[in-house]
Amino acid sequence: MKFSEAWLREFVNPSLTTEELVDQLTMAGLEVDGFEAVAAHFTQVVVAEILETSPHPDADKLKVCRVNAGEEEVQIVCGASNARAGIKVPLARLGARLEDFKIKKAKLRGVESFGMLCSERELGLSERHEGLMELPADAPVGVDVRTFLQLDDAMIDLDLTPNRSDCLGMVGLARETGVINGLDVLPMDVPAVVATHDKTFSVNLNAGEACPRFAGRVITGIRLDAKTPLWMVEKLRRSGVRSIDPVVDVTNYVMLELGQPMHAYDFDRLQGEISVRVSADDETVTLLDGQDITLHPDTLLITDQSGPIGIAGIMGGLSTSVTATTTNIFFESAFFAPMAIVGRARAYGMNTDASHRFERGVDWQGQVRAIERATALLVEIAGGEPGPTVDTANTQDLPVVAEITLRGARIKRLLGVVIADTQIDEILARLGFENERRVVDGHSVWQVRAPSHRFDIAIEADLIEEVSRVYGYNNLPVRTPRARLVMAPIHEGRLDTNRIKDQLVSLGYQEAITYSFVEPKMQAIIDPQQTPISLANPISAEMAVMRTTLWSGLLKALIYNTNRQQHRIRLFETGLRFRQLPDQPELLMENIQQERVLAGVVCGPRYPESWAVKTAAVDFYDVKADVEAILDLTGMPEDFTFAAAECAALHPGQCAGIYRNGNLVGHVGLLDPRAQQALDLDQPVFLFELTLEGLQARRVPNAAPLSRFPEVRRDIAIIVDAGVHAAEINACVAQAADETFRNLKLFDVYQGKGIDPNRKSIALGLTFQHVSRTLTDEEISVSVNEIVAALETKLAASLRN
Amino acid sequence: MHRASFSAFLRCGLLRVICHSKLEKPMSNLTTITQQAIAAIEAAPDAAALDLVRVQYLGKKGELTDLLKALGKLPADERPAAGAEINVAKQTVQEQINARKTLLDDAAIAVRLASETIDVTLPGRGVDVGGLHPVTMVLQRIEGFFRSVGYDVVEGPEIEDDYHNFEALNIPQHHPARAMHDTFYFNPNLLLRTHTSPVQVRTMETREPPFRIICPGRVYRVDSDLTHTPMFHQVEGLLIDKTSSFADLKGTIIEFLRVFFEKDLEVRFRPSYFPFTEPSAEVDVQCVHCVGGGCRVCSNTGWLEVMGAGMVHPRVLEASGIDPDEYSGFAFGMGPDRLAMLRYGVDDLRLYFDNDLRFLQQFN
Repeated sequence: MKFSEAWLREFVNPSLTTEELVDQLTMAGLEVDGFEAVAAHFTQVVVAEILETSPHPDADKLKVCRVNAGEEEVQIVCGASNARAGIKVPLARLGARLEDFKIKKAKLRGVESFGMLCSERELGLSERHEGLMELPADAPVGVDVRTFLQLDDAMIDLDLTPNRSDCLGMVGLARETGVINGLDVLPMDVPAVVATHDKTFSVNLNAGEACPRFAGRVITGIRLDAKTPLWMVEKLRRSGVRSIDPVVDVTNYVMLELGQPMHAYDFDRLQGEISVRVSADDETVTLLDGQDITLHPDTLLITDQSGPIGIAGIMGGLSTSVTATTTNIFFESAFFAPMAIVGRARAYGMNTDASHRFERGVDWQGQVRAIERATALLVEIAGGEPGPTVDTANTQDLPVVAEITLRGARIKRLLGVVIADTQIDEILARLGFENERRVVDGHSVWQVRAPSHRFDIAIEADLIEEVSRVYGYNNLPVRTPRARLVMAPIHEGRLDTNRIKDQLVSLGYQEAITYSFVEPKMQAIIDPQQTPISLANPISAEMAVMRTTLWSGLLKALIYNTNRQQHRIRLFETGLRFRQLPDQPELLMENIQQERVLAGVVCGPRYPESWAVKTAAVDFYDVKADVEAILDLTGMPEDFTFAAAECAALHPGQCAGIYRNGNLVGHVGLLDPRAQQALDLDQPVFLFELTLEGLQARRVPNAAPLSRFPEVRRDIAIIVDAGVHAAEINACVAQAADETFRNLKLFDVYQGKGIDPNRKSIALGLTFQHVSRTLTDEEISVSVNEIVAALETKLAASLRN
Repeated sequence: MHRASFSAFLRCGLLRVICHSKLEKPMSNLTTITQQAIAAIEAAPDAAALDLVRVQYLGKKGELTDLLKALGKLPADERPAAGAEINVAKQTVQEQINARKTLLDDAAIAVRLASETIDVTLPGRGVDVGGLHPVTMVLQRIEGFFRSVGYDVVEGPEIEDDYHNFEALNIPQHHPARAMHDTFYFNPNLLLRTHTSPVQVRTMETREPPFRIICPGRVYRVDSDLTHTPMFHQVEGLLIDKTSSFADLKGTIIEFLRVFFEKDLEVRFRPSYFPFTEPSAEVDVQCVHCVGGGCRVCSNTGWLEVMGAGMVHPRVLEASGIDPDEYSGFAFGMGPDRLAMLRYGVDDLRLYFDNDLRFLQQFN
């Protein structure tokens, strides 16, 4: 909201500079976004009257004006089309400084000019430049224009929080400024305007609490062609509102002054009587701005016999609007309850000054005052005969004044400070809160009645906030909280996610953070079997669905980098993936799986380019090693198994499911070449994703005694079918081995010359050790033979010579 | 050095003593043999040749050994003197051999070391180390500070229901404050959380006070321009206890900002409005860049808005089953993305989510 500083100071005038005032408002919770001067900086511009104009002898478009500048008459050459005798205009005298130049004596096409007559734009008042700025006929000639127009003023832009609707008018803002400065505020006296006829228009309130009060008044015989006085135009302008005609200007002015939005109908176009009611299905209305609206069923309407003639509190209708030919009007000054207005304007894609105020709450006792004020102003400007003000109200539906008990002890406890009773008395009084102080059990207690302009005051905490705000947050004490020193448990049996991140960082991965919503196309390529959860109002098509895997975002980041000449990429991310349970089509909280996962994406050379390593492209086993380095952090690598698996995004021959004790916890593999092509990637990409839940359990170490006896290793080579997996060999060996077996190293895999093309050779290093004695050759041979025999029978292995 | 000590040995005159002695025949060539031995030692090119010299003179059948064996032929009274002389000669030769051995060994190792010398300024072999995302770095720092004073870190769902994101936080349907949260919806009841406050609600529903928690995580709002991304991060804190007051809140925040920026910066609290706290405050810290003087970072105000905070609204406590007459609490919220910008000099929020390696690697 924009307002004029000078207007505020008419009500209350603290001895503060603009900067100080702005700072003070901000620190009181009325945040100032900025302020600007209402006019450009200029000097020596005075009110002047054009006495006579004559054509320029040598230029068609120029006029030579004789101008009364107060102490003297001067000749000015001027090109403005509206330059004519009798009008009063701003004159920049010789030596005047405008924005960036100085006025000097000049000759225009041979005729001397002693100054310049100015447009609004030249004075920095507005962008209007089509002619001279015309000042009121009663403007005193010779007086400085800055003084006459009160241009030493600032437009202050307030960013009010939704609870402070009481400050959406000058009177409220003045009240607040008075409170902060401990100053009395000029009371706003609004005498009733006596009716000169008895015309009225019936209003029926048929919406209960949504509209419990509607003040109306008929004014006949107004002249809409009357000119709104400059002082009002200027105040409107400095509040960011353009002058239209006297009726609109007056209603806007009253709204800015008192905070009460009003509406004016063309009385002669109203039919029957007004009924305020909630919309029925499929009703329509054409609004003031010409748009046709099909009404939603929860909209509060103003209707007459013809049907809807406006959306209450948001915008009036076209059919009963005031036009250039209107002479009789009907003023509306109503109270619409916030709950009946809030969200409605937004639902129709609108935001009006009226809806902004009504949805936050206007003073429900201010309607009559506003209509009296508007009547007085309008009659003064545009003439007309006022009828009686009719205040239609359903008292039982009006808001209830909140009665609140404020306990001094509670203030002390919540704020950590004792504020003097008298200071609290004063704060409450200046805020307009009726109150009575009593002493209960030795403590002060206030019985407070919230004023009708404060919609945000309902409970004790609201009052404590008011007291603390006015007292000043920065005057409240600072204390370091005290608490019992209870040690927080650190679960050693749980793997910390930060440890996993550090591991990946050590392995050369860069952490990424990608958007949780992704492009549906990418999702379809990466995870076609899942239907992603769609946003109803995505910000763009590229961010329309929730990721079902982190791969979608990571691949996008990878592509972003390959497009920027990055070739060796290792990225990881942790975060939620979002999946709807497959057999639960209804989108409910409990049908959505939000799983915390770790994922990575890898492409490019195995090692960074270096003098030392002739680097090959990264392959499955490099990435698998990285995954294993994470699994090892659990201290329970034996929990995990890898098995060939299928996963839509991954190459069917290079995809492993990762299982922990038989439960699938993730995948690692090569991006399917078809997906790679679809994503226009020119090199293979490896991916992994693991649930953090699956990585969480970690072994708390339990040390075993060391054997003092030597360990012995026997290497054997076996030939098995090419399709036999290492995991099968591992399992077979582990099962066949006796208790002296320590470990198996699979140290060579060979396919090629000398081996049946359908078979492969695997070299195994078997290590044996006994806890309490040295093993003999014979014992080891027996152990090895048992293993070999098992491999032969179970995996059709043969020992290679 | 060995050569030098050898000539010093010559100068000391021992050999001259031997030369001038009146030895019988077996002794007469001791000097010669010794000189020959020393010459041979000098000439030995390597350890093997030197060993041959040793054998030739000092071995079981070596020439000096033979002289000792021949002592018997001397008259008994000359034997001790002659024996002593031979022993001196033997010792001299042995010392020469040792010296030469050391010299040869040193030379050999020097050759080897020279041949093994490499360019130690070439880069090491292996993978480069990666790095954490700057927002994670800030989150970890924030978590560290709060953990050190007994806060638990709690996380929660990002797809939330209307109740936990709004209703339970005193933001009923149509509340104007909802306009401050441009919300992503899935359907009228499901949405992407607009703040991490629902985690506080879920905690209050399940835990018994007193407790202290912080809730870090991703949050979402329909907003995308120079200074907003539709996804960003928040860390919210909540302390519920029997005696917690606004003074404790101020103390906590001032202390946090001091340790976070590692500077003594002025902090100010401005009244503001959040439906779930009362009193509510915006927290400004003196600009970390210009320290209050006014600069581009703080839009010439000297202040940076870094947090929102307040005393938990009694209705919020009640909604989660906590008696506001028994307990009070404070809550605060901050944006780690913005804190990371201030801390690390990042000037564009959108860089965080482009994941450009050249950007990310600056934080390694």
